[in-house]
Amino acid sequence: MADILLEINNLKTYFGDIKNKPVRAVDGVSFKINRGETFAILGESGCGKSITALSIMQLVPSPAGKIVEGSVVYNGEDLLKKSEIEMRSIRGNRIAMIFQEPMTSLNPVLTVQQQIEEVLQQHRGIKGQAAWREVVALLDSVGIPVAEQRAKDYPHQLSGGMKQRVMIAMALASEPDLLIADEPTTALDVTIQAQVMTLLRDIQKRTGMAILLITHDLGIVSDFVDHVAVMYAGEIVEYASRKDFFTAPLHPYSKKLFASLPAKSKRNRTLDVIKGIVPPLTTEFTGCRFYERCGAAIKQCSKQLIRLVDIDNTHSVRCLQFIDNKINFPITNDAVSDISDTGNIAVEEVFSVANLKVHFPIHKGIFKRVAGYVYAVDGVNLTLYKGKTLALVGESGCGKTTVGKTVLHLNELTAGTISLKSEDISLPTTSQLKTLRRQAQIIFQDPYSSMNPRKRVGEIIEEGLIALNPELNSIERKTKVKTLLKQVGLPETATSLYPHEFSGGQRQRICIARALAVNPEILICDEPTSALDVSVQAQMLNLFKQLQQDYGLSYLFITHNLSVVEYLADEIAVMYLGRIVERGSVDDVMQTPQHPYTKALLSAIPTVDKESAQEKIVLEGELPSPITPPSGCHFNPRCPERMDICTHKYPDTYNISDSHAVACHLTEK
Amino acid sequence: MMAELRNALQQLYWQKVFFVLGALMTLYLIYPVLFNVQGVYLITDILIYFLVFCLILFVAYIRKQPHLSVPWRQVFKGKIAMSSAVVLSFFIIVGLMDSIHFRYIEKSEATNTSYSVDMLSVLDVSLRYISSDSEKTYSAPFAIYSYAKENFINDEGVKYRAYPRLKFAGSHLKKPEQEYWQDIISKSVKGLIIGLIISVVFSAIFIFYLSRTSARSYLDTLKNILQDKFDLPWRVMLITLSIVIVLCAWLFYLSHFYHVMGTDKVGQDVFYLTLKSIRTGLVIGTLTTLIMLPFAIALGVMAGYFKGWVDDVIQYIYTTLNSIPGILLIVAVMLAIDVYIENHPALFETAIERADIKLLALCVVLGITSWTGLCRLLRGEVFKLRELEYIQAARALGVSNFKIITSHIIPNVMHIVLIVVVLDFSGLVLAEAVLAYIGVGVDPSTISWGNMINSARLELARDPVVWWSLISAFSFMFALVLAANLFSDAIRDAFDPRQQGVK
Repeated sequence: MADILLEINNLKTYFGDIKNKPVRAVDGVSFKINRGETFAILGESGCGKSITALSIMQLVPSPAGKIVEGSVVYNGEDLLKKSEIEMRSIRGNRIAMIFQEPMTSLNPVLTVQQQIEEVLQQHRGIKGQAAWREVVALLDSVGIPVAEQRAKDYPHQLSGGMKQRVMIAMALASEPDLLIADEPTTALDVTIQAQVMTLLRDIQKRTGMAILLITHDLGIVSDFVDHVAVMYAGEIVEYASRKDFFTAPLHPYSKKLFASLPAKSKRNRTLDVIKGIVPPLTTEFTGCRFYERCGAAIKQCSKQLIRLVDIDNTHSVRCLQFIDNKINFPITNDAVSDISDTGNIAVEEVFSVANLKVHFPIHKGIFKRVAGYVYAVDGVNLTLYKGKTLALVGESGCGKTTVGKTVLHLNELTAGTISLKSEDISLPTTSQLKTLRRQAQIIFQDPYSSMNPRKRVGEIIEEGLIALNPELNSIERKTKVKTLLKQVGLPETATSLYPHEFSGGQRQRICIARALAVNPEILICDEPTSALDVSVQAQMLNLFKQLQQDYGLSYLFITHNLSVVEYLADEIAVMYLGRIVERGSVDDVMQTPQHPYTKALLSAIPTVDKESAQEKIVLEGELPSPITPPSGCHFNPRCPERMDICTHKYPDTYNISDSHAVACHLTEK
Repeated sequence: MMAELRNALQQLYWQKVFFVLGALMTLYLIYPVLFNVQGVYLITDILIYFLVFCLILFVAYIRKQPHLSVPWRQVFKGKIAMSSAVVLSFFIIVGLMDSIHFRYIEKSEATNTSYSVDMLSVLDVSLRYISSDSEKTYSAPFAIYSYAKENFINDEGVKYRAYPRLKFAGSHLKKPEQEYWQDIISKSVKGLIIGLIISVVFSAIFIFYLSRTSARSYLDTLKNILQDKFDLPWRVMLITLSIVIVLCAWLFYLSHFYHVMGTDKVGQDVFYLTLKSIRTGLVIGTLTTLIMLPFAIALGVMAGYFKGWVDDVIQYIYTTLNSIPGILLIVAVMLAIDVYIENHPALFETAIERADIKLLALCVVLGITSWTGLCRLLRGEVFKLRELEYIQAARALGVSNFKIITSHIIPNVMHIVLIVVVLDFSGLVLAEAVLAYIGVGVDPSTISWGNMINSARLELARDPVVWWSLISAFSFMFALVLAANLFSDAIRDAFDPRQQGVK
């Protein structure tokens, strides 16, 4: 414990009207980071994680925010007492930072080389040829192939994962003691996430720097960190070593976070949810901040401010249970109701697509000549059964969203057939299109942009009714809207409010209500939970299950989150670069994956459950461009089990069993 | 659309609004009967009152839409914005008064009524005492002698040249040399006192009203206003209003006895002319946007929403239009209008009507040359909007394109329209002056700041310099444009999403 690199004491960073009604983004946070360790701050969005990091760097947006109290001791010096000029020699030099969004953290008009050289010159005084050699060495060390050429590229020529690597290279350029990584992989795909996290760990081993990782992903924490601090509403509620945290979390909030993770084992019941949302940080808290949402809270919890108590050397928790052992806390098992699995009763096909192709033309020149195509979707077959969930899984850019939009005729399709209840609607007539609109609806990923901010919730939900059920009068519509709101678990009063008055999860509920308004049988859900926090995600998944049970809805669930798939889906289709590479029932695909890509995808997911941990398959490279797909099997450049045949022939689809099919040459043998 | 309208109509609020609008409209139509005059409705008058009508509807609509009324409330909280609004409303009131035209009935012997030749506006009637006091030629502000010498014959029969006394200005003075300064000072003091009394009385009534609505005692309200504790900056507004009232009272009172801003070449009072110019400025600033808006919104939104060939066609139209020099187009159109008027004298009875149609033509052509900027902005914004998920969701729900445009796209670009309109206003007022300067603006007989500046330009070389028409026109125009700019800045800050939270 002697080697403390950074020590934060009682840090308070407030925003807004600091005197009268401050937003207490960070409210008395203390922790220590040792040299060479990885320390994670874990929490839902809006808990003050990022502001804590910015406060360490003294980068809190000013004058909106202000560090009002506390100290940040780095190598025995209080950073908060340093002037801006002194800070500059530390920031980016001794403490470096990488951000969540690699797309916007690089300057688009400078080459990679120029941007890294700038750091080298600033902090290490290296110029000219020496700087160039160092740039190449750095890019090499973050695993960028052909570093000499890549260094001359502009940021837009690089993919998301590459950009994040460049960001890491820039951060490493000054050989820092501490790297602050603010959600470094949230914007990336799981396979790329695995690459980046492995890279960070390797670099840490080599250079011995400490990493402060800010994340909301329990999986990443369990895979990569030494110590973890759970943050809730501006303060740390639990502090523990990884082992302690994952074997015996103490704070009710931590426990609930684990409980709300979807998993296969929970398939037949509702997920444990944390009700409500994080309280607004303008609240003047008089007791436990988790009081409102805690299942185990008693009256005293809301009446006294609760301090962090040490359980042992490395484990402390902010909960009344551990302060006063005399109080008896009710042991609550939240109502986790069973959901009967719909089983295999009456398999009725409601929707299917065959050989679906969507090619977007690329226009060039003044005459807009077609110069090529983006093969976004290139021959996809899917069948959706009544009351069942089909999950379409794949990395971003593989064309899964395009599939979702095309089957609803929101995109033009190039070839293939779409049939709704065995009626071909590939080229729909007006009345067929109307039927399709009635029977199939879509829910989008981002609940913030999927509602018109200028309309009241009532008007938003009513819209589909007006368009598709013109026979209803306004009173009937109002009644229907109220029923819908009740179905998705919102109060009737919501009708007269505007979308911005709701939280992310509530907005997603409104979107579901809007889709349900026209009584569809099919819901296409395009990553409906990936913009939401874990606890809210659990609420949404429960709602999806509930609705399926009550109304026999069929879902086409487009997602990249395999634990959600495990929990919700009956069937899985894995998509790679516009084609389905493997499909089958949940058990088939999750238990006995056949395609190397599926295997890699499954192993790349950071898992909380250590028992099932297996050897990680870290894929090389990234999703190739759908404009020029690789010859042969699309996956061959990244495949660890590549054979000769893979490079020139696309594999046929082989049926392994009735419910399991895979497109891979390996299966042929 | 219809359903919304029906819903809206069910509410009492809209009944009230429409009642007020109906009453105003009836009043506008039947006032000639009430006052026994012949009403004259010029095209621009009708358009201006149509605009007022729309504005009232718009305000009524905004009040019921939180997402619109919140930024407006922010505008109303701004001190500079609100004092500019007070100044602007002075101009608007003058402009509106000048937009009600009528003729007096001269003889009404039994059946045979005939109307006066002169077409007057309400403003003319209220300023009759000034407009009828025409001198022979130039005279400086507050002068009692003419600018040009004349021949006189003295008692001894000798011819001599001297500055003659003005016919009206200072005609009440018996011994001008001794009384002049004393008279001006005493009259000024009197005018200022009148102004002060009016503003104090007005403020007192206003505070009384405010104390009633905010349920405070009278003194408490006064104290709160002085300490600026209300939501809206009443203190600043009352101070600005008082300054405007005092200034007006002083000018109007003195203008009974003197030409406060001198007279022009043909002896017309410059103060009167500048006040009359306000209407021309407002017409050009507002009607132009009224004409431009439908084009800009419809084409911009269509180009952005439908993309493809629709976008190509619209883009070609506006890039072509943009590459024709605007001035040339204006010159050509104004010339064509002149020729048209010459060839169809029967259509336009009076000179005023002719001038009016030319003013409207100028608005139209300015509108045609200026819609491209807004159209381009809207196209870009709609490009972005149409990809948003709520538009996709609406399409998935089978909502028609027309409905998507009217209920999802247009409300979400209205802030841009508003910002552009208010920013354009001051530019257009200035454009009028520039066009008059190069001789292609409004009809020379129309009183406008541009014409005043243009004719004053010719006299700047004289000795002593004839500076007053230029300065008067300039300072009025400056006050209007500055107030409009300050106000539009506040609107932009409140409505621009990027500005939100940045204070």
